[in-house]
Amino acid sequence: MRSSTELRQKYLREELLPTLFCSGCGNGQILNYTIRAIDDLNISQDNLVFVSGIGCSSRLPAYIEADGIHTTHGRAIAFATGIKITNPDLNVIVFTGDGDLAAIGLNHFLQAVRRNIGITVICVNNETYGMTGGQLSPTTPVGYPTITSPYQNIEFAFNLSFLAKAAGAPYVARWTTANSRQVINSIKKGLQKKGFSFIEIISPCPVSKKQFKNPKDYLNFFLNETVRYSSNVNNETSARMFKDLNECFTGDYLGKIIIGEIVDVEKPSFHELYKQLKERSLNEFWKNKAK
Amino acid sequence: MQVPTVDELLEPKLQFATGNEAIVYGALLANCRFFAGYPITPATEILELMMKYLPILKEGYCIQMEDEISSLAAIIGASWNNYRTMTATSGPGFSLMQENIGYACMTETPCVIVDVQRSGPSTGQPTKAAQGDIMQARWGTHGDHYIIALYPNSIQENLWLTIRAFNLADKYRVPVILLSDAVIAHSREKLVIPFQKNVELAKRVPVTIDREKYHPFRTGYTQSTKVPEMDKFGDEYYTHLTGLTHDIKAYPATESAEIHEKLVRRFYEKIADNRQDIIRFEQKYIEDAEIVVISYGISSRTALMAVEEARKKGLKVGYLRLITIWPFPHDIIYELSNKISKFIVVEMNLGQIYHKIKEHSGSNCEVDRFNSIGGKIPHPKEIMKKIKGGPIKDEIID
Repeated sequence: MRSSTELRQKYLREELLPTLFCSGCGNGQILNYTIRAIDDLNISQDNLVFVSGIGCSSRLPAYIEADGIHTTHGRAIAFATGIKITNPDLNVIVFTGDGDLAAIGLNHFLQAVRRNIGITVICVNNETYGMTGGQLSPTTPVGYPTITSPYQNIEFAFNLSFLAKAAGAPYVARWTTANSRQVINSIKKGLQKKGFSFIEIISPCPVSKKQFKNPKDYLNFFLNETVRYSSNVNNETSARMFKDLNECFTGDYLGKIIIGEIVDVEKPSFHELYKQLKERSLNEFWKNKAK
Repeated sequence: MQVPTVDELLEPKLQFATGNEAIVYGALLANCRFFAGYPITPATEILELMMKYLPILKEGYCIQMEDEISSLAAIIGASWNNYRTMTATSGPGFSLMQENIGYACMTETPCVIVDVQRSGPSTGQPTKAAQGDIMQARWGTHGDHYIIALYPNSIQENLWLTIRAFNLADKYRVPVILLSDAVIAHSREKLVIPFQKNVELAKRVPVTIDREKYHPFRTGYTQSTKVPEMDKFGDEYYTHLTGLTHDIKAYPATESAEIHEKLVRRFYEKIADNRQDIIRFEQKYIEDAEIVVISYGISSRTALMAVEEARKKGLKVGYLRLITIWPFPHDIIYELSNKISKFIVVEMNLGQIYHKIKEHSGSNCEVDRFNSIGGKIPHPKEIMKKIKGGPIKDEIID
């Protein structure tokens, strides 16, 4: 196993370091977990393409010594679809945030899941728009105040992993940045899946979310307030829901953060089915030609 | 199973084909092997035929995406796998594509976007031809940028200009917009499908330098062109593309006015330096002309009829058809304007190219216009009235 220094030398563009991320941000940890997963699997850097949209986590590909494409807001998965279809041998990894994926890009996400395109989507879910200063996002829990919900958020949050499950993703895992081993394992599993894999990581944004004074509080929150997924919670649609908006900071949660491997099944990927489609089209072509 | 060649697939021969079919044949002959699109009248047949043909060809792929935004996104992504890629749409979809047209300009990604124009704004008249997207093609996406736009006026020319669109996209690393309209798209005419060996195919500027010295957006390694050398995904050159202002290493440089200006000016210069190669137009009866009728696309067909009618009557009228719309062929406009007394600009919009003609005409040349919208192709008789000097409609307030 390579040391952190060795990993950094091998995989990161050191001239761009330090990153632009704030202290206490989860993006650095997630970059670390991703690099370790890639290194463990011995994936060639030549064969990697990182795709991202717009937002803090979408700046991650710039730091990696590999091909990368930092695209338009919400469209990363659509770009990744074109890349993966025309070169199925590439390992295509999408870094996206909750705003990028669940607001402006939700349709592209669900459609790629439905098609079972063989890409790995790592969603850094910090439940807010960090880059623009902490606005309400589709995963902000109901009851939270943000700068665009100054009187508390009254909209219910998406649970992205359950959305992916409902749309038919063959691999879905949901963790927090505190679950290092589990995240690395899930990324490895995701990269080995032939079809679509989705790894959602609940990540801290200590700058935008003032309720957590420092990263340690965040870490404790993640360790204490998570529950492992079981089939009993598969109808859960919102990550956290409060009985009453006033309960927001009392800690009396109706639901906690659900973590775990949500889906791990086998399902024919787009590429496998397209191969068969090509065969069928050829068959028909030569049959018609012979007529 | 054996994969057929393009020639085996298309069986070069004389056909009675539509404009949309001709675009598909042109794209396949140009080695376009990835198409992503979304159904929209009057461009849908291009997607349908690509869905039918592309899987049959070697490494050919086609996908129906969830919208026009993702269609363009997918072909930009695929272009970086060294694929020639295309999408096709009409007005409403073209509006949605503007975001990623800007991205293709910023990352200098070759791709071809077909816009089969219909009446707008908004949903407008889906089955009616229009030329209302001329300015949108040039300025639809935000910020300073350059694109190339071509506009054929026959089924046969649809095929050749589609091939040319791919060549220009690759040579200059720029999105090329192939304009068409509902009439050209659905009319049938004689079409000669050539053998692929008779088709000229340009190449992208290849990488000529070692990995250690290579910077994705540096120009002038081995050639004087302002078009950077282009690597691809999956090779040993690690390129990070971004829509942010970037330096020659492709690293974000969002704070520097100098880097931004250098980058964006290069987008202009790489096209401007090659205007001769890019610009095409057709002129007839120019020699002794006193009036020149200017048109493009489908309206140029009836404009020519009017000019020929005028000639029969002994009137000294010439004809200029723009084939390359952007970059705008201002040299020929200026040159002609110093020889003649009047331009008449015939368009199926309320005056778009008219303003460019005015901008580039010398002060002694009058610029008049004939505009027709709602799907009505300008009638030669009506254009004739304009040639004779009669006002047909009230002046449009700009």
